[in-house]
Amino acid sequence: MTERLVVVGAGMASGRMLEHVFEASPGAFEVTLFNAEPRGNYNRLMLSPVLSGEKTYAQIVTHDEAWYRAQGVTCRFGERVLSIDTDAKTVTGERGSLPYDKLVIATGSDPFMIPLPGRDLQGVIAYRDLEDTERMIALGARPGARAVVIGGGLLGLEAAAGMQARGVEVTVVHLMGHLMERQLDPSAGYLLQKALEARGIRVLCKAVSQEIVGEDGHVTALRLEDGTDLLCDLLVMAVGIRPATALARAAGLAVNRGVVVDDRMATSAADVFALGECVEHEGALFGLVAPLYDQAKVLADTLAGRPAAFVNREVATKLKVTGCDLFSAGDFAEAPGREDIVFRDPGRGIYKRLVLDGDRLVGAVLYGDTADGAWFHGLIKDRTDVSAMRDTLIFGPAFQGGAPADPLAAVAALPPEAEICGCNGVCKGRIVQAIEGGATTVDLIRATTKASASCGTCTGLVEQVMALTLGDGFTANANPPMCRCTEHTHEDVRRLIKSMGLKSIPAVMQELGWTTAGGCASCRPALNYYLLADWPDDYRDDRQSRFVNERNHANIQKDGTYSVVPRMWGGVTTPAELRAIADAADRYNVPMVKVTGGQRIDLLGVRKEDLPSIWSDLNAAGMVSGAAYAKGLRTVKTCVGSEFCRFGTQDSTGLGIRLEKLLWGSWTPAKVKLGVSGCPRNCAEATCKDVGVVCVESGYQIGVAGAAGMDVKETELLLTVPTEAEAMEVIAAFIQLYRENARYLHRIHKWVAKVGLDWCRDQVADPANRRALYERFLHSQTVYQADPWAELARRPQDWAPIADLTLRAAE
Amino acid sequence: MTAMIDIAALDDIPRQGARVVKTPLGCVALFRTATDEVFAMEDRCPHKAGPLSEGIVHGSQVTCPLHGWVFDLATGRAQGADSGAVRTFAARTEGGRVFLDATLLAARSAA
Repeated sequence: MTERLVVVGAGMASGRMLEHVFEASPGAFEVTLFNAEPRGNYNRLMLSPVLSGEKTYAQIVTHDEAWYRAQGVTCRFGERVLSIDTDAKTVTGERGSLPYDKLVIATGSDPFMIPLPGRDLQGVIAYRDLEDTERMIALGARPGARAVVIGGGLLGLEAAAGMQARGVEVTVVHLMGHLMERQLDPSAGYLLQKALEARGIRVLCKAVSQEIVGEDGHVTALRLEDGTDLLCDLLVMAVGIRPATALARAAGLAVNRGVVVDDRMATSAADVFALGECVEHEGALFGLVAPLYDQAKVLADTLAGRPAAFVNREVATKLKVTGCDLFSAGDFAEAPGREDIVFRDPGRGIYKRLVLDGDRLVGAVLYGDTADGAWFHGLIKDRTDVSAMRDTLIFGPAFQGGAPADPLAAVAALPPEAEICGCNGVCKGRIVQAIEGGATTVDLIRATTKASASCGTCTGLVEQVMALTLGDGFTANANPPMCRCTEHTHEDVRRLIKSMGLKSIPAVMQELGWTTAGGCASCRPALNYYLLADWPDDYRDDRQSRFVNERNHANIQKDGTYSVVPRMWGGVTTPAELRAIADAADRYNVPMVKVTGGQRIDLLGVRKEDLPSIWSDLNAAGMVSGAAYAKGLRTVKTCVGSEFCRFGTQDSTGLGIRLEKLLWGSWTPAKVKLGVSGCPRNCAEATCKDVGVVCVESGYQIGVAGAAGMDVKETELLLTVPTEAEAMEVIAAFIQLYRENARYLHRIHKWVAKVGLDWCRDQVADPANRRALYERFLHSQTVYQADPWAELARRPQDWAPIADLTLRAAE
Repeated sequence: MTAMIDIAALDDIPRQGARVVKTPLGCVALFRTATDEVFAMEDRCPHKAGPLSEGIVHGSQVTCPLHGWVFDLATGRAQGADSGAVRTFAARTEGGRVFLDATLLAARSAA
């Protein structure tokens, strides 16, 4: 007997299911197929190749009219289904009702549209169907057309690459820190971004969209939270999908996030089934095609009365953008007992990361060389015990079964003409020759052969050649590596960040071959500093890579409370400021108010959740953060100078205030404290500061590299200059020299001891060089001289507990 | 299975960061890793009671902000040369929400 099967939705899942049904139960069903789109089944995954011009629509149609006719399918395309009556077992479309024996809901998903102001403007589209694709293709025909894509996931990037291939100027705006964050870790995301940028797509990560701007009802720009307007003729939102459940919900079926189905793909109503992106199975939703095809098979069996059960299995992702070789499979989240194997080849832009859980491979991310993706995916799916091949696992199937590799033996086996340093074309023989000629340290090898003197990534190889040549006579670099995540020293990392133009933490970790996936608490703050000091325009501060004090802009105390110190320029205050401080101390029950050694007032014992409001109060009285927590400018201590003191030779108070106003807000490798004394009696104790000025009748003596902490040390004279303006320029230039060259956490006196005071003096005495340093400092200040309190106090909710269960418990 | 309570949206916790939940058993730090795993543990270092929620999160570990002890987020155990452990609680994400072990609602007398 023929049963009436009604299918709502002609997508990839239902198309595949119908194939199975006709194959397994020929003649068993009389099928009616509804589709809201005015066409039948096509391969939606292939819209991206259609967009980029690699395929035509005709080539991606999976079932044409002839096929429907041959199978006797009644097609009701371009007709919406209005309702389902599960008691009467009828479906009502725009052109009338019909009864069913079995019903399949395959309504798919709707693109999620961010509720931004202006989303209803003309030219704001999703990327979902052929119509959207055609809009993007049409844009490519217009010379000078611009598009913005919101969303740096799979779909958004395919849309961006497709439009770019058609000549559109494309910007991708992504909320998260790196592209495709669901499938990729930050390192692979970085490489992907680099590849997309190289082909001319602009990528903005951590960018928050605020408003869609339009003119005459048509979109003209996307406005970001920071005020930037990205001009565009078309705006594509590709931020995700939501199961289309309205019809099922109205019919009274059980619906959570998707239409709830069991292992047989049956919904809560008798004879009603569902599959595809509209369903929810054991809490999971589906967006990739592989599980949908599995569901299609299971549902075809269920309809035929055969037992079958759907099992959600591991799926792999590949990005369909020509030239971006990218593969991700399984689970690569951090978890206990899991270990990473990371391989990076910076020269070829390759990154591979395998995640092991005990003896099993559970996740893989490959970038640049995805040839072994299928093999790794197989190991993940089959839960193969990989312990025997662990040492060479990352090199893929070609390397299995051989003897374990010894890196030193591999270097020993190299012929003398093998190239070690690619940058300078230095071969192994030349290095051996240099070592035999007396170059017994890496620095000497660099000086005599240039090997490892440019990008430095071959340093490890050079050291291995030295170990082989010198035997026991070789001791590795005395300057230890930055941390256990890398073999590079701080100095090397700083040099390479500049010479290789590395502008993000993932970029540094990839190009310099970090051995961990995400660094550690030691290298991350250092890298964050190096990047923001070297690239003020390009790098955005990573708050989560900062120590607590700099993240919260307050000093944490032993009991977890904080101290708050407003800036008091040059140690000078006013009755109004003192009143505001006293009011704040009262209002927030500050347990201790203390005068600091740096001539300001410390409010100790403030609770974290009170920080935003105490900051707003102090801001309202005109005060800004004193940065008493920062690896940055702290205080400028002054004496009263010629304004009041009978011995004062210059306006030391005024100079101190002007210096503090020039330097505040700048981040430095370690804290920086200044002092300005109006005469050699030195009441401001300027001669034990990082930078100390002693005023004399003829001008200003600028001393540097003093210390009064763990080490006590008098300053050394850098320069004496006749005018205050010159003193300011010399000091700012010197601070910039320190910012650009010192190692993270080294105070000025430690750094000067390493590089030598003479070198510092040469750098700032030369007028052209001094001016250049000074201007770089001023430029950096245009970015960083901003009061953090004013910004952070705007989001008080971030400072309070996220939830309070003590209240719920009391209920 | 442990009963779980819906606490907040995952995006309310910064990646590689943490937020605090007040409970009758004391403050609990809710961590989110770079790969969106969530972990919950007592917000109190066994060394000198430092707030672990303010530490730098790296991989599935956190470094205490006061004296640099490192803890595994899943086991709560101190790493390296330090010994000690922090109490951990079950936490998971589902549909962009973060859920936490409901025993944390237990009255103070149960602690």
